[in-house]
Amino acid sequence: MRSGPDVSPPAAVRARGWGWRHAGRRAWALLDLDLAVEPGERVLLLGPSGAGKSTLLAALAGVLGGDDDGDSSGILTVDGRDPRAARGSVGLVLQDPDSQVIMSRVGDDVAFGCENLGVPRDELWARVREALELVGLDVPLDHPTEALSGGQKQRLALAGALAMRPGLLLLDEPTANIDPDGVLEVRDAVGAVLARTGATAIIVEHRVEAWLDVVDRVVVLGSDGTLMADGEPRAVLAAHGDALAAAGVWVPGREPRIARRDGPAERPALLTAEGLSLARVPGSPLAATVSSPLEVRVAAGEVLALTGPNGSGKTTLALTLGGLLAPFAGEVRAEPPLAAGADPHPIRMRSRELLTRIGTVFQTPEHQFLTSTAREELALGPRTLRLDPAVVDQRVDELLDRLGLDALADANPFTLSGGQKRRLSVGAVLATRPRVLVLDEPTFGQDAVTWAALVELLEELRSVGSAVVAATHDPRFVAALGADELALSAVLA
Amino acid sequence: MTATSALASRAKIVWRWRVVDIVVAAVIGVAAGVIYWAWQFPAAGFAAILPGVQSLGYGLWLLAGVLAALIVRKPGAALFAELVAALVEALVGNAWGGPITFLYGIVEGIGAEIVFAIFLYASWRLVTAMLAGAVSGIGGGILDIVLYTPGVTAGYVAVYLVCFAISGALLAGLVGWLIVRALRPTGALNRFASGRQRAV
Amino acid sequence: MTAVVAARRSGLGAISINPVAKIAAALVIALTLAFSLDVVSASVALALELVLLPFAGLSWGAFWRRTAAVWIAAPLAGLTVVLYGRPSGQVFVTWWFVQVSEGSLHLALATLLRVLAIALPAVVLFATVDATALADGLAQLLHLPARFVLGALAALRLLGLMRDDWRALALARRARGVGDRGRLRRFAGLAFALFVLSIRRGTALATAMEARGFGGSTARSWARPSRFGAREVLLIVVAGAIAAVAVTAAVVTGQWVLGGR
Repeated sequence: MRSGPDVSPPAAVRARGWGWRHAGRRAWALLDLDLAVEPGERVLLLGPSGAGKSTLLAALAGVLGGDDDGDSSGILTVDGRDPRAARGSVGLVLQDPDSQVIMSRVGDDVAFGCENLGVPRDELWARVREALELVGLDVPLDHPTEALSGGQKQRLALAGALAMRPGLLLLDEPTANIDPDGVLEVRDAVGAVLARTGATAIIVEHRVEAWLDVVDRVVVLGSDGTLMADGEPRAVLAAHGDALAAAGVWVPGREPRIARRDGPAERPALLTAEGLSLARVPGSPLAATVSSPLEVRVAAGEVLALTGPNGSGKTTLALTLGGLLAPFAGEVRAEPPLAAGADPHPIRMRSRELLTRIGTVFQTPEHQFLTSTAREELALGPRTLRLDPAVVDQRVDELLDRLGLDALADANPFTLSGGQKRRLSVGAVLATRPRVLVLDEPTFGQDAVTWAALVELLEELRSVGSAVVAATHDPRFVAALGADELALSAVLA
Repeated sequence: MTATSALASRAKIVWRWRVVDIVVAAVIGVAAGVIYWAWQFPAAGFAAILPGVQSLGYGLWLLAGVLAALIVRKPGAALFAELVAALVEALVGNAWGGPITFLYGIVEGIGAEIVFAIFLYASWRLVTAMLAGAVSGIGGGILDIVLYTPGVTAGYVAVYLVCFAISGALLAGLVGWLIVRALRPTGALNRFASGRQRAV
Repeated sequence: MTAVVAARRSGLGAISINPVAKIAAALVIALTLAFSLDVVSASVALALELVLLPFAGLSWGAFWRRTAAVWIAAPLAGLTVVLYGRPSGQVFVTWWFVQVSEGSLHLALATLLRVLAIALPAVVLFATVDATALADGLAQLLHLPARFVLGALAALRLLGLMRDDWRALALARRARGVGDRGRLRRFAGLAFALFVLSIRRGTALATAMEARGFGGSTARSWARPSRFGAREVLLIVVAGAIAAVAVTAAVVTGQWVLGGR
């Protein structure tokens, strides 16, 4: 059913010469945008990062801020009204699952929007149940939100928006930060919601394939914030496929291809583990059930992928191999070619010794940033090793060039885009030339361009004799590198 | 925008709290609560036998209020952040339990608030921050004496309060000001006036 | 720490009493006992509390875990007073600023008992408080501004994430080669990084809340009613009774002195 007393009428969106400039910036995020979205249309919004897609969605949701947050020009309306007046009739789902959870229990979180709108208590709880059912989140109302997976959290956010009966649904990269299973769950939930409510929808995503069946129109924004293309999905993808792929969109049929290289002739084992058991909370043997004993072999010139469902301990294993977490039982050994004078157990190696032996790249690049410019970030490792300043500078310049970060050498690491941060964090670890590289979900949330850059880099490293270990849920990544797989199936409760 | 409306909207800005102001002030309180808790246990045993100078290390407990005020720049920010930090401490578990910890939050928060208020919420300089930390410290110190060790000599009280004030000025005022200065280039303060100011 | 923010709603009485009542009860005791420092009022209050505390709904393990800090802090407070308490009567030890005397010993005992008497019920009552229920109570019953109360509650959600962040940040320092020396500097760096990450998340959380209509001018409704009924009143009455008995005992025995002797 498309309309009725329990569903809001779908909203229309109009933009005429609309633009926005964030306070303190010189360039306009979006300029002179003319866009019309009819009620009930489902639009997929594509474009390179920096094109202003998030800005547009935030503006439509009425959350961009007031005069002290920036300047606007032109007209933007939702159902003929200023978006700020229409708050509550527009649903917004953002990219980061954790930053959208507002309350500690599922039911309370979904009820939050209704409370803000002044919905009476009885009707409120009926809406909450309805919304949860529609997104397929089958958990009790007092289930702790902390215990939800990424995909579940995004569906929770969707339910929270849905309970407000929005006429317009805005989704800003809702599946970027979740695993493949979660992506499908969210996509199906959105499809169900749109089918049931008939709401207008604008979706920003760079993983196009999954959404082609949900949307009926594609709009492409250029990097300068202007409209580049607008029309039926397959037509637009056919006409602009190459440009979109170059902008980082995963265009079906134009996925990045990585050339495989030959590896080194000798592939000695660098890290081995025997009878390795892990516990969920690092260092505390009391916390949880322990995985069954594992055997691991990491060899030069090879890539080992640690795969498995959420909670199976991929990250824990990666960090243990990286010498950062102590094994619960069993041991991790650095073989002589790797240990080279240090303690053979990575966990007992000194921090400085790890730099040239085992480098670890974290899932969240921000966790690793220690300095205030990209250049210093790259230089930190070599400086800690007391290398000659000339050598340090040379390595830093090389890396800046290789990673395409030349122009950003003096930028603060926290101000970089997601892909740039990822490349910087990898570069900072590579600066000290460790023989083994451990990565935790390296392609998480990355667009096609950064994905390709990373995979190429790893392939190159592998071919010159480094060993690569990656905890990942990206099957394309595993295939592109021809990695051996260590599948963790037992879930660490 | 005409000149008059710009002026009018600037005056409005100072007093009205946006949602982001509320949430970030609260988040600073929560983060500070986490840091306090990590700092707490080493301090206790050693402190008991000192003649009042142990309060030189207590200034960190006042950081939330000063820092939140410097970032959010709204009236009541210091009080609010200290209350939230107190809530976190109480929930996670400390030696005083809920209500008393809130009392500390109120007293210490108001201490800082008074200083910022005297400057009409228009001065966010280092000196103001240090003064706020110092007054906050005196407040906390008085509460400590009254609730915890009211039987001590006047000399002890004097030393304790002076040291607490110094600690507040340094560990809350100076450190808070330095933190804001270091936060600016990271872009974390982009939605705040404190993130865009060049001087101050 | 995971159970901290969302307390389980089990059947035992004291757990589901309105948190506002619990705070009021603890405050009644604290503020009354705060006026005098003497052994009688403190010990009487403490004795009455110890009788009632097992009914607070806390398991023995949880009780000792939660109150551990109190059991440590109280003797330490006493120790401070032993050493620096106002001297009176025979003096036993003098050394620099330290003066142990009869008077200071007496005051120390009173101090120790008073800390226990004030802090134990406060900690125990608060141990079973559910943050959401507290927020509901503060906003609905005490009419504190809803935006601030709920903003704080939402910020509390980030507590678990901050703990995870702290751990990851510490591991990252080891991975970056700076984990060997300079603990104070590392602590400062960690604290700073935590602020950066938290403020960014807080900003995103604020956007999400605004998108759900938070902070607007519409009058809000409350999904979970906060009730203040017979049980809550009873708790406060009991607290008041304990305080009254304690003070009366002290006055009757002539020990009650404003501000301590």
